[in-house]
Amino acid sequence: MQMLEEYRTKSYRNDLRPPVDANLVKDKTAIVGIGQTAYSRNAERDELDLACEAIKKAVDDAGLTMADIDGLEALTLDRVSMPTLIGSLGIENLRFTSEVSFGGGGACALVMHAAAAVATGAANYVVVYRALNEASGHRYGRGDGYAEYLTAAPTLHYGYYFPYGFLTPLSWAAMYTKRWMHEYGIKLEDTGWYSVVLREYAQNNPDAIFYGKPLTIEGFHESPMISAPLRLYDCCVDTDGAAAVIVTTADRAKDMPHAPVYIAAAAQSSPIETEIQTSYNRPIVAGLPETWYVGQELYRQSGLGPADIDVAQLYDPFSYGAMIQLEELGFCGPGECVDFCLGGDRIRVDGDLPLNTSGGLLSEAYIHGVNLVTEAVRQLRGTAYNQVADAETAIVTAGPGLPTSGLILRK
Amino acid sequence: MTTPGEPEAPTVPHPALWAVLYRSSTPFWEAVARHELSLQRCSGCKTWLMPPRPMCPRCQSAESEWVPVSGRGKIHSWVTYPESPHPAFEAPYSVILVELDEGVRLVSNPSGIAPEELEMDMPVEVVFEDVSDDFALYKFKRAG
Repeated sequence: MQMLEEYRTKSYRNDLRPPVDANLVKDKTAIVGIGQTAYSRNAERDELDLACEAIKKAVDDAGLTMADIDGLEALTLDRVSMPTLIGSLGIENLRFTSEVSFGGGGACALVMHAAAAVATGAANYVVVYRALNEASGHRYGRGDGYAEYLTAAPTLHYGYYFPYGFLTPLSWAAMYTKRWMHEYGIKLEDTGWYSVVLREYAQNNPDAIFYGKPLTIEGFHESPMISAPLRLYDCCVDTDGAAAVIVTTADRAKDMPHAPVYIAAAAQSSPIETEIQTSYNRPIVAGLPETWYVGQELYRQSGLGPADIDVAQLYDPFSYGAMIQLEELGFCGPGECVDFCLGGDRIRVDGDLPLNTSGGLLSEAYIHGVNLVTEAVRQLRGTAYNQVADAETAIVTAGPGLPTSGLILRK
Repeated sequence: MTTPGEPEAPTVPHPALWAVLYRSSTPFWEAVARHELSLQRCSGCKTWLMPPRPMCPRCQSAESEWVPVSGRGKIHSWVTYPESPHPAFEAPYSVILVELDEGVRLVSNPSGIAPEELEMDMPVEVVFEDVSDDFALYKFKRAG
């Protein structure tokens, strides 16, 4: 129980260095364009094709032309070759490129790095994008994909896991979820509301994979147990598609077609003893210190707290991955997130904290979290399918349980 | 000692071939091949270094020692695969997370414990299973 106490008090989390000065980014950078392809289970198009469509739509949405774009920000996992993409888009001369690692943990860092680039004058208009054929092509969630993680950048820890058949991201998550449920006495019958509410959101979102396919709480509990305690409908939905956003300075944003969505805070965190979704040698296996660090930094930079957040888009590779973030970000206490979601009212569109209002990665699409950024932008523009009344602030996070990142956006 | 090479499509290598991804792991697996469970520990501040690594993350010392451990611990959590994700493993099988008495947690398989018999905090002790002449895996059985 000593470990639980450490989790409650955060006593093992400790960063005593002076804080960073984020004043160049905070409120001085903005998202001015968003774009996306159709989200499907089989696009029958390659990822280059998807990336081009999403980026062109974002450029059009911002009232720009491709000639204005001078920066490009991608995940290291992206399978589109950047020179090929530049050639396809017709960008005369790209002045800034960078890549962010950690897969879904980098989703918000893409925007953070783009903001840093425009704030420091490295580029004027930076495209952030993610394109993937996760449904019809390489499926990260399958065990036979393990060799790919190793050839990309072998994580030391995998050498101790793969020989035992410990091969799939869902089973890595189930390992810590099971212990977490045990320590907090969570009952399996109380779970499922997170998935049900996200599916409700998807019923109003014609772009969502699960549009027209509602889910009841009974249907959730009847869905197959894939890796106990995780059921099929605890999992995100493998998707083919792409999404993109355009980042520029607040000064330029003032004269563009849409009201700017300002970046009020942006942060990354890679704590000690963090593995890629298998951080089992931290005091409590289900704690997400990287999300906690990101939250603390976002609140510090923005001057906002959990009570000031109007809508949340929390990365949900599976249901508990998002729910436990509610605890780490201060929306509820340790061990309370299943109660917080019980019955669903608190996370519905008129609840205390409307959560993943497009349907999230579970029910809208799995575009590695970039589709959570686009949904936050729609909420702050007032154009979301499930619009939160008078939404002025949004928190967005990236993948939990690995080096991660986050944003607070505002009108 | 088996070391990994480039994966050759379309054959899928047995995941045990990937045990030594970094040279710092070699002494650990060499000991396991001798049916010994030893962990690396910082010589300076005595922090356990698992997985093994070249530098202590607490004090940045490059000096470390290999210390035999009890091999006794408790099941901290587990997962069971109803379907196999890889041809090398026959479903159903379980993967356990063992918290050793020394406080370090190891991923492993249960030995002689059926999936439905696994319990939180079940006491276990290490056993060794040879995979080849020069490679073995550590697994855990019920503590006697």
